[in-house]
Amino acid sequence: MLNYIWFGLMAIALIVAAINGTADAVTKAAVDSATSAVQIAIGLVGIMTLWLGIMRIADAAGLVSLVGRALRPLIGWLFPDVPAGHPAGGAVVLALAANVLGLNNAATPLGIKAMEELQALNADKDVATNAMVTFMAVTTSGVQLIPATMIGVLAAAGSTAPTAIIAPTIAATFIGTVAAVATARLLQPFYPLSVSRESVQS
Amino acid sequence: MIRAALDAISLWAMPVLLVAIPLVGLIRKVKVYDVFIEGAKEGFEVGVKIIPFLVGILVAIGMFRASGAMDLLMAGLRPLVAATRFPAELVPLAILRSLTGSGSLAFTTDLIKTSGPDSTIARMAATMYGSSETTFYVLAVYFGAVGVRRTRHAVPAALVGDLVAAIAAVAVCAWMF
Repeated sequence: MLNYIWFGLMAIALIVAAINGTADAVTKAAVDSATSAVQIAIGLVGIMTLWLGIMRIADAAGLVSLVGRALRPLIGWLFPDVPAGHPAGGAVVLALAANVLGLNNAATPLGIKAMEELQALNADKDVATNAMVTFMAVTTSGVQLIPATMIGVLAAAGSTAPTAIIAPTIAATFIGTVAAVATARLLQPFYPLSVSRESVQS
Repeated sequence: MIRAALDAISLWAMPVLLVAIPLVGLIRKVKVYDVFIEGAKEGFEVGVKIIPFLVGILVAIGMFRASGAMDLLMAGLRPLVAATRFPAELVPLAILRSLTGSGSLAFTTDLIKTSGPDSTIARMAATMYGSSETTFYVLAVYFGAVGVRRTRHAVPAALVGDLVAAIAAVAVCAWMF
């Protein structure tokens, strides 16, 4: 899927550039985007290093598995493939908690940590597991309690009630998350894990 | 009241966690500094590992936008959307949101300014922005960090979630405001 979207975006860009005469803009965008992608990745290194270190302490102190055990019913329901007591369960909960609380600089490192734990359970390291897809469905839905960025933008623009969007945002996020997780579940049988990889790809 | 409590959580969560986790570690006889360094070593490796995935995704999206294809897509969708009750001004945001974080933030900020921060359309835009994530960035970073190449149904599931969230944002705001 990503193969086609990736190629499609660039191929369409080339065709439209030929019609619109925007080849120079496309060239500049390609170069600038590559540079900014590296800047983003390198920009993550500091905070990633900090949280991965702290997470290792939490792991060693038994906090991650404690969180996992406390929320076992939720994990078992969302991620039936994650065995009880595996650190992946706790790591996923911590990552989701960081997202819900809007701790943006902690959410990405904790999310990656959770993906690493899920990858440890994966038989074929090139292929996403069902648990990974569900975790991504929840994460890309942006589960967040307080839309801090937007409250800030509304307040800066002179809104009399910038926090009015909190309730609709929570409702919309919740509905979107349920839809994403349900879709992940429904599509699961159509994307088998290992067998006939070629037939799925094409 | 609830808002004050949530604000306090956002403000204090990080420093409290940074002290509380090592504190529990010390109580449980963990050599906290040694263990911290051991885990932190992975940080740079992860940052470097996601570079190829992020470059790939961001370059493709950057080219698509710069060529004018994004504008064409929005113009093409307009008549389709006009048949529904989804506001036409919000169509670009619905598409941009999943593709680019900075692009959708700029668009939303501009729309809030031009339509007035207390207008229903501004609140719909803010709710749409707040209720979703930059899907392709998240997928590239998370799958990139663990080296997963075949993402199976992750993209369709995430995009269905984005679409439903966008419609829900508009519907809930239309109902509330």
